[in-house]
Amino acid sequence: MSNAVNILKKPFIATVISVILGFLVSLFVLSAAGYDPFKSMAVMISSIFSRPKFITNVIIKSTPLILTGLSAAFAFRTGLFNIGAEGQYIIATVVSTLVGLVFNFHPVVQIPLVIISGVIAGALLGGFTGFLKAKFGIHEVITSIMLNWIALYTCNYAANLEAFHKPESNGTYPINKSGISMLLYDWKFSEQGRAFLKDNSLLNDIILKTDLNLNFLIAVAMAIIIWIIVYKTKIGFEMRAVGFNHHAAMNAGIRVNRNIVYSMLIAGALSGLAGALTISGTSNNAIQVLSVFENNGFNGLAVALIARSSAIGCIFAGLIFSGLIYAGQSLQFKIGVPSEIINIMIGVVVFFVALTKMFPAIVEKFFMRRSENVK
Amino acid sequence: MLNSILFAITITLMYSAPLVFAALGGVISEKSGVTNIGIEGMMSIGAFVGASVGYYTGNAWSGLICAGLSGGVLALLHAIASVTFQADQTVSGIAINLIGSGLSMFLSRLFFNGATTTLPVPQKLPKIFGFLGEKYDFINCINLDITVLLSLLAVMFTWFVMYKTKWGLRIRALGEHPAAVDSVGVSVYRARYICVILSGILAGIGGASVTLAIISQFTPTAISGQGFIALAAVIFGKWKPMGAYCACLFFGFAQALVIMLGGGNNAIPTDILAMLPYVMTIIVLMLFVGRSSAPKAAGKPYKKGSR
Repeated sequence: MSNAVNILKKPFIATVISVILGFLVSLFVLSAAGYDPFKSMAVMISSIFSRPKFITNVIIKSTPLILTGLSAAFAFRTGLFNIGAEGQYIIATVVSTLVGLVFNFHPVVQIPLVIISGVIAGALLGGFTGFLKAKFGIHEVITSIMLNWIALYTCNYAANLEAFHKPESNGTYPINKSGISMLLYDWKFSEQGRAFLKDNSLLNDIILKTDLNLNFLIAVAMAIIIWIIVYKTKIGFEMRAVGFNHHAAMNAGIRVNRNIVYSMLIAGALSGLAGALTISGTSNNAIQVLSVFENNGFNGLAVALIARSSAIGCIFAGLIFSGLIYAGQSLQFKIGVPSEIINIMIGVVVFFVALTKMFPAIVEKFFMRRSENVK
Repeated sequence: MLNSILFAITITLMYSAPLVFAALGGVISEKSGVTNIGIEGMMSIGAFVGASVGYYTGNAWSGLICAGLSGGVLALLHAIASVTFQADQTVSGIAINLIGSGLSMFLSRLFFNGATTTLPVPQKLPKIFGFLGEKYDFINCINLDITVLLSLLAVMFTWFVMYKTKWGLRIRALGEHPAAVDSVGVSVYRARYICVILSGILAGIGGASVTLAIISQFTPTAISGQGFIALAAVIFGKWKPMGAYCACLFFGFAQALVIMLGGGNNAIPTDILAMLPYVMTIIVLMLFVGRSSAPKAAGKPYKKGSR
């Protein structure tokens, strides 16, 4: 019995249980709505794993989720609630696109330029939120919500600018080719490349039919770096101390306000990186007019929660999330199940994550009651 | 001139009504010590249920009531997690947002032939002077949605209960020092359950007052961020019913400015103009409002017997 309780206390196990419970509840919802849950399950699994292309796509699409997840997780660790990841992501896509359109250097310069300009834009927006909190005491949630909308309208304004707007579309031109970081981008569409790939169906699937890029590796590297910053450096320690109890931190001589700004800067930079990599590394390579939020940042919050704010956990949570979104599209396409079931599923998983702290206690109570009855 | 002032007032009130309901819900829940980030999700489900019940029954009022109930049910989930299971209220709130918006679109696809937009309701909620007909020009100018009036009444009622009654005192104390309330024999859990469910009902009604009064159907963009704006209004209004009401009016007014400045051949591009409410909010917060203090115990689960 105590074994069971101890196992449930392990965050990893508790998260796995939440995910399973989330699945079960959504299958129940599906069957209540008149769909065949087992068939849906089978479609979901096959739509992720049945072809190398699908697996590659899931990995590629997980990158922005992992990074915005890291952004939210980092902020959580330092006691801040970065609901502004959405705006930071959007503003980064805007700045990266504009920089990528205006400049045209050699790729060795251009690609870092495009990406870093987006990162800086995100960081500045995040840092501004932190600054307002530190200087004026304005709650970061309220500033973030306002800045999200400001970023959205900035994006719409930029997408409609005459100089960059692509006629008969609702977005800008793609950025200059020198800023595109998809692997083998020129080669794979050349005759030579096509001829080579034709004979090799596996490579054809992975390289030609997806936006193959190195973004995922960058995201993984960032997760490791963030873990190191949070747990192995002085500044990380200070930020966590401010997050735990800013009065105590102040008494210990830590500059609370400066740390708030720093941690929002870093969180903003991570969301910015997500946006910048999306522009540089996935097709369209452009911004579109947004009528509603695309939830890249808001989903990051859910990723961070499923990962319990663990940097490394964000990688796996991001992959799961991305897989579910990808599978949701196939569900709708193949058997007509509304793709929104995925939102419900993720919501339920997050809900159970919220409850997991109580799992051990519930089991304990249950067993205690039983053992009392035995006596 | 007079007409354009009246027009500005009408738009202000029209835009603010849904926010007022939702923000009021936020105030009640947070005053009782439970952070409610899930307002957006509760508004979404309310907006959908309101519009679809309104469509199927042909009666907008029953739509409004069912919308409140649906918001309340979602809030019950939040209450179970955050009161009984002492879960992290932010996490649970975000879960509610995901579930609420997902469920409303999912159900819409089920009931309306795979469309995420419901069919328009046959009759919207009445206007205040609807019974007079459309004979008088002047009255048409000030003929507000009934939800505007209802939201004002709800604010006044909440203010009265919160500051002039025994129950209000208890609710306010719950958010500051729940153990003190417990020690005088009031069940903290039950009181928090009631407050959270009430906040869900109000948020649901807020959502429905978009889809039953302003527009006449549910669309995926009907509730896009109003819940978060309401959340901001709670903080902006310093966790007070009247403060939140004023904050919502402020948002509504900024929206009215956008509409009024946008007409004609104005030099300001629409997208820049649309930022106005959000920029104004940040500036006002910087200049006038300053440090905001949430109820002390908000967000902290209460464990019976702890001090």
